[in-house]
Amino acid sequence: MRIIEAAKVTEVVRRLCIDANCHLPGDVKARIEGCRACETFPVAQGVLDQIIENYGIADANDVPICQDTGLACVFVEIGQDVHVEGNLAEAIDEGVRQGYADGYLRKSVVRDPIDRVNTGDNTPAMIYYDIVPGDKLKITVAPKGAGSENMSRIKMLKPSDGLQGVKDFVLQCVEEAGPNPCPPIVVGVGVGGTFDKAAYLAKKALVRPLDAPNPDPFWAALEDELLEKINALGIGPQGMGGRTTALAVRIEKMPAHIASLPVAVNINCHVTRHETEVI
Amino acid sequence: MAKKIQLPLTHEMARELRSGESCLLSGVIYTARDAAHKRLCELVAQGKELPIDIQDATIYFVGPTPAKPGQAIGSAGPTTSYRMDAYSPTLISIGQTGMIGKGKRSDEVVDAMKQYGAVYFGAIGGCGALLSKCIKKAELVAYEDLGAEAIRRLEVEDFPVVVIIDSEGNNLYETGRKEYLESIQ
Repeated sequence: MRIIEAAKVTEVVRRLCIDANCHLPGDVKARIEGCRACETFPVAQGVLDQIIENYGIADANDVPICQDTGLACVFVEIGQDVHVEGNLAEAIDEGVRQGYADGYLRKSVVRDPIDRVNTGDNTPAMIYYDIVPGDKLKITVAPKGAGSENMSRIKMLKPSDGLQGVKDFVLQCVEEAGPNPCPPIVVGVGVGGTFDKAAYLAKKALVRPLDAPNPDPFWAALEDELLEKINALGIGPQGMGGRTTALAVRIEKMPAHIASLPVAVNINCHVTRHETEVI
Repeated sequence: MAKKIQLPLTHEMARELRSGESCLLSGVIYTARDAAHKRLCELVAQGKELPIDIQDATIYFVGPTPAKPGQAIGSAGPTTSYRMDAYSPTLISIGQTGMIGKGKRSDEVVDAMKQYGAVYFGAIGGCGALLSKCIKKAELVAYEDLGAEAIRRLEVEDFPVVVIIDSEGNNLYETGRKEYLESIQ
């Protein structure tokens, strides 16, 4: 049994919130710059140039890449041999509270979806726990903006809809979203599980590095095929036309009921942020 | 070549702008998002005075991050505009001429733009660090309780935007995509 102090979790979450919001991951930058090199449409080239200039400014000045510094989505993998001394959820929220205050990040959480009073400190975090073997604690903070989150969809397909049904639904989501989620986007897809598990998988897919395709060749090929089809739509960066509608498609799948084929699409903008630390 | 525009934007100026034109805006704009729009429209419904001069006004749909010491404003890129669709026609009908945001608008908004002479500009979403450099001054005007969603008066200099929808209803999201797809035929 390894003991980790709750205060250590707070310190790590605080740092991850600030870093994730100010510094775009290298794999995302590499993909954006690769797409810029392939882009032939002048308007799209101009938009991508500004996106590249923008994250350069954020890097150089430690300022947020985007003003929507998001809900703090926190993925926690807890080794089953770890004991957290103190309250883990409170420790994470305290890290978010400190990170969003000290990092000059926007407080974008309302306490109730109907009365809509801002909590003032960007808490509570949206926490996803996973118990895994080992004695480590892996924390990923992925701030999620609402512009792209609002364009996300889920559908309970019939098994007879099959692979074609999955492809059609993903393309339909991207088409309907159009310019709204700040393309070029990253498309997270969850296939299988239950209604809620599919949505979780779609969100989790968005923190997989863009240079890491699905380890299963079938699903990796589907990621490539969907990316090609999305980039043939012509929506382009910011919806003003061009090839670069999406930077990547990331699919996660799991077993499903004999009667179900759930498909969830969680869209992220070009500011696909996530930072990880293992304690 | 971007067209330089000195605000306020009169109806005549708005009617001259064409979808697809790049513009650099200088002068005063106001920030407002969903919550502030709701309050403004409630005041209009009650016949009360607004906290901003809506005549020839340009409203930027943005909720900035807090300014760091030495900054006029934090990161300040556009939010998705369709959430303001319920409110924009009312404000356009009483004098608003410019909107800055990103993403699609409803037919009701476009109809109001055509009827009264208003324009919908797009700024690049997710570029808040870059855009904030064009904002020279930010001052709280109303609804401090809304935090990032409060109304602020901004003084901007060469703020880069593109006309997405003009006062005739031409839409860059439709024409730009079509033009690109034709270019690769």
